[in-house]
Amino acid sequence: MKLYCLSGHPTLPCNVLKFKSTTIMLDCGLDMTSTLNFLPLPLVQSPRLSNLPGWSLKDGNAFLDKTELIDLSTVDVILISNYHCMMALPYITEHTGFTGTVYATEPTVQIGRLLPSPLKDAVEVSTWRRCYTMQEVNSALSKIQLVGYSQKIELFGAVQVTPLSSGYALGSSNWIIQSHYEKVSYVSGSSLLTTHPQPMDQASLKNSDVLVLTGLTQIPTANPDGMVGEFCSNLALTVRNGGNVLVPCYPSGVIYDLLECLYQYIDSAGLSSVPLYFISPVANSSLEFSQIFAEWLCHNKQSKVYLPEPPFPHAELIQTNKLKHYPSIHGDFSNDFRQPCVVFTGHPSLRFGDVVHFMELWGKSSLNTVIFTEPDFSYLEALAPYQPLAMKCIYCPIDTRLNFIQVSKLLKEVQPLHVVCPEQYTQPPPAQSHRMDLMIDCQPPAMSYRRAEVLALPFKRRYEKIEIMPELADSLVPMEIKPGISLATVSAVLHTKDNKHLLQPPPRPAQPTSGKKRKRVSDDVPDCKVLKPLLSGSIPVEQFVQTLEKHGFSDIKVEDTAKGHIVLLQEAETLIQIEEDSTHIICDNDEMLRVRLRDLVLKFLQKF
Amino acid sequence: MPEIRVTPLGAGQDVGRSCILVSIAGKNVMLDCGMHMGFNDDRRFPDFSYITQNGRLTDFLDCVIISHFHLDHCGALPYFSEMVGYDGPIYMTHPTQAICPILLEDYRKIAVDKKGEANFFTSQMIKDCMKKVVAVHLHQTVQVDDELEIKAYYAGHVLGAAMFQIKVGSESVVYTGDYNMTPDRHLGAAWIDKCRPNLLITESTYATTIRDSKRCRERDFLKKVHETVERGGKVLIPVFALGRAQELCILLETFWERMNLKVPIYFSTGLTEKANHYYKLFIPWTNQKIRKTFVQRNMFEFKHIKAFDRAFADNPGPMVRPAAGPASTSTPVGLLSSAGVVFATPGMLHAGQSLQIFRKWAGNEKNMVIMPGYCVQGTVGHKILSGQRKLEMEGRQVLEVKMQVEYMSFSAHADAKGIMQLVGQAEPESVLLVHGEAKKMEFLKQKIEQELRVNCYMPANGETVTLPTSPSIPVGISLGLLKREMAQGLLPEAKKPRLLHGTLIMKDSNFRLVSSEQALKELGLAEHQLRFTCRVHLHDTRKEQETALRVYSHLKSVLKDHCVQHLPDGSVTVESVLLQAAAPSEDPGTKVLLVSWTYQDEELGSFLTSLLKKGLPQAPS
Repeated sequence: MKLYCLSGHPTLPCNVLKFKSTTIMLDCGLDMTSTLNFLPLPLVQSPRLSNLPGWSLKDGNAFLDKTELIDLSTVDVILISNYHCMMALPYITEHTGFTGTVYATEPTVQIGRLLPSPLKDAVEVSTWRRCYTMQEVNSALSKIQLVGYSQKIELFGAVQVTPLSSGYALGSSNWIIQSHYEKVSYVSGSSLLTTHPQPMDQASLKNSDVLVLTGLTQIPTANPDGMVGEFCSNLALTVRNGGNVLVPCYPSGVIYDLLECLYQYIDSAGLSSVPLYFISPVANSSLEFSQIFAEWLCHNKQSKVYLPEPPFPHAELIQTNKLKHYPSIHGDFSNDFRQPCVVFTGHPSLRFGDVVHFMELWGKSSLNTVIFTEPDFSYLEALAPYQPLAMKCIYCPIDTRLNFIQVSKLLKEVQPLHVVCPEQYTQPPPAQSHRMDLMIDCQPPAMSYRRAEVLALPFKRRYEKIEIMPELADSLVPMEIKPGISLATVSAVLHTKDNKHLLQPPPRPAQPTSGKKRKRVSDDVPDCKVLKPLLSGSIPVEQFVQTLEKHGFSDIKVEDTAKGHIVLLQEAETLIQIEEDSTHIICDNDEMLRVRLRDLVLKFLQKF
Repeated sequence: MPEIRVTPLGAGQDVGRSCILVSIAGKNVMLDCGMHMGFNDDRRFPDFSYITQNGRLTDFLDCVIISHFHLDHCGALPYFSEMVGYDGPIYMTHPTQAICPILLEDYRKIAVDKKGEANFFTSQMIKDCMKKVVAVHLHQTVQVDDELEIKAYYAGHVLGAAMFQIKVGSESVVYTGDYNMTPDRHLGAAWIDKCRPNLLITESTYATTIRDSKRCRERDFLKKVHETVERGGKVLIPVFALGRAQELCILLETFWERMNLKVPIYFSTGLTEKANHYYKLFIPWTNQKIRKTFVQRNMFEFKHIKAFDRAFADNPGPMVRPAAGPASTSTPVGLLSSAGVVFATPGMLHAGQSLQIFRKWAGNEKNMVIMPGYCVQGTVGHKILSGQRKLEMEGRQVLEVKMQVEYMSFSAHADAKGIMQLVGQAEPESVLLVHGEAKKMEFLKQKIEQELRVNCYMPANGETVTLPTSPSIPVGISLGLLKREMAQGLLPEAKKPRLLHGTLIMKDSNFRLVSSEQALKELGLAEHQLRFTCRVHLHDTRKEQETALRVYSHLKSVLKDHCVQHLPDGSVTVESVLLQAAAPSEDPGTKVLLVSWTYQDEELGSFLTSLLKKGLPQAPS
């Protein structure tokens, strides 16, 4: 069993697991931090921006060049854990000869389809590397097979994969990859906080041989609840002073929670007249989709649907005109636009999307505030091209994924035999090297991987499931060897089909043909492949001699030897050496005699 | 001998109060818990005393599964769990769990408030009952306990309807509930994988019907509705609040839009708006088209269909002559116009608003009632469909039906073709029919047995069908043993089926098949070697070495498939059998050949001694 590590980014993992005869890709995240290397794409040509010197390129495009490690056309299936971890999917499904199946939950696919990617949304711009077209994206999405939590999916009869709720986002999943005797858990982007998704299923992760752990929080020192509080108070402060608030964000995910917080907060803070704008080409879809996935939501939201009411309160915000959504800043928005206001828009990297326009528009006034909530990008780097900036910048990263305290609790709870994780998690963050608590602490120590490494996973398969046909089972004769342990010798025909093994009763010996044709000597040659059982036990000499006498042997003489006895049948010129672990019958070439003696010996022995 | 036992407590050769007991591998499961629309006495609920006379049902049932929210499938649930007493898990899908309590409450109100029944379940009981429900996702494998697992498949029949697979080890039963094999305007088609259950329990409402194309039916329906409203008549469509109602609403809505009609369409109960809301929130359970377009336009937000106004029903017939054409805008619309369409509940005209409206409108031949679904025997719906035109109502009043009566099968049940199709999909060993009429079942049973060559059963209520099963036994085989066998299976000479030999170690419920050597080692036992050595006398005057050489060439020529070797020390081996020419005995013309083998090589050893007994072939001197 091997793990090929194609991505070094701990929250955008891409690993390939070879398990039994299957090749399984776990996620295919695309590292987009390299977009920060580019200049923002403004709505209107900006002389200031275009005069800035170009950024020096970091080691960008991590994923796409590192595929020589493994031939991606051999990948049988791809398992997607959440909508952030599927951005490299079109590359794999459309450019590598991949012919397999992709598995993901319905919300993952529907929301993943909405999420922006610079590769999809900015294909016209020549300076950006162009990876795929819309057709390729659609073709990739069409290869996805939808699955539900706790659904068991058989892969070639050899392996079973099962998605489990991971509690992080709508439809986000961890995966179990198991055969009858081995179990690998893949934990990616999980949360133990109570937000909108269904809670994380921890119990099903128990008894794993290996647990691959990725997608922990990117801001381990920030408490999401505290961040939400700060978000609200900064928002209120700015608006009260007549300023505008800009929230660069993804169109799905934490925004649902933020809107829910604001729903509760704005009235008490006396801000109910401040308009909330959500501007994104997919704003409407995202808000609508969030309301129809009742089955993927936490219990509270589910019970609302049973009433029936929409699970998220943003429906009410929309109904009461407090929240308005627009596909872009063009059209209706420019008519409705009132200040001061709060604008949610993308992209969080501040490099493309309508957020660029608002940065240009509001950046010069110190009344305004930009609040960063998405943890994926360094806010300082994101802001760099806009400097000097008068507007206030607040950094409230909200990352609900597991922190190290929760990880150690989780590991204690599910007790995997081995933990595998990106190397970043096995040491404190470089900026806080004294924080020994900001790393994974488990026994045995976690195995770490870095990009382009191949790990041999530390366990050996010993057993495989096989079915015994009922007719065969009926013919078995168990005998109790020790208290509670029974044995039965099995001679059967093995059938293997589609990686499933079956034992059938041996064929009945063919009736001897009564043909008069003279047989050739070689026809009688026995098939030495018929195996005889092994023997065990020992032969008590006295009882053996008595048995011989009972069966008509006379003139028996017993001699002691160093290791046992020799039984002499003088009349038959036969000698039987009996020792603790062996019996040797030496006789004339008299088959009848030999068989008689054999059967008497076997009476004292057990067959295996 | 293991067996699967099935006893319908309801829906055995009948439609109504579906309730089927299944025993599989020692587990007892109850499928559905419905009420019967045709009865108002004890017979409306299944007879749970069949399960146990004394003692709690919880002790006898491992779980209860509800296939969908129709009352003939869940109507007896609060009675069963709260009044008879059951505390175990009740499984159903999320939409069923959401909608079921509303329909139960509705049913309770009609029974208690309108008919004044005592000793009926209360609202609190419905709530308590629903607390025992565990919601399941489609295709999720739910582990009821360590051995019993269930899995839901999409059934299409109504929102949230599911078929269930019940599985213990390698034995399984599939229960279809009600299902539809053709997608309609708001739901998708039922689907199941080739799960090869031991038994498929299927509904058979339309066992003998092969329906014409859906398009024709829809066109027919629209034409009749249109003609009636055009000549100023009223159309009554009795429906259940959820299910066909939404289907027909979508159908009329699109037609009204296309034809630009202004004649009003009403929906009769307050439940409807709520009902439509469920459909909006459970969009993933609808068909592909609705799912794809719901962001732009939610199909369950109707423009032309309004909440019902009682004044419209009280207007028994045409008073104002309607305009000739539907496009004419001069026609006064709404309540003044007598023309219109009303959807009213319940669907079988057995109670409630649909029956009230029916009584008001029945006397006018311009009006029309369209029955879009199946009607259980004993209901007014069933009576008028079977041609009765004089109905005896309560108080000996006789109602003469002059309005036109139309039946149009919009029931989302599989027809005969669909049932055969599903049986083909799942590939069961046997089929059992429920939820249908005996005569029709008989026909389908024959068809299934003849065309699909599958045993088919149709037990009546209280009758038990027993199916012997022969489950195979899963054990763990040591990988070493398996790989050794599989590698040999790949060798070219392995044409004959090979025998695998091993030892099955049974410790508690842990069964492992290992090689004999490993079994001995694990149990700390030593192998006992049994060896035979036979003295074979050969007439040969030559030296021992030459005798050995002659034996070698003889054996080599006979045993072509075996490994025969002549070792440097003069001995000969055939596989692991050792042959040594011993020192000459007293007679110099005789050589003694010692042939030695272990018990494991017995066949070969015994063959060699008998072969050598015949002597060596005459060597060319």
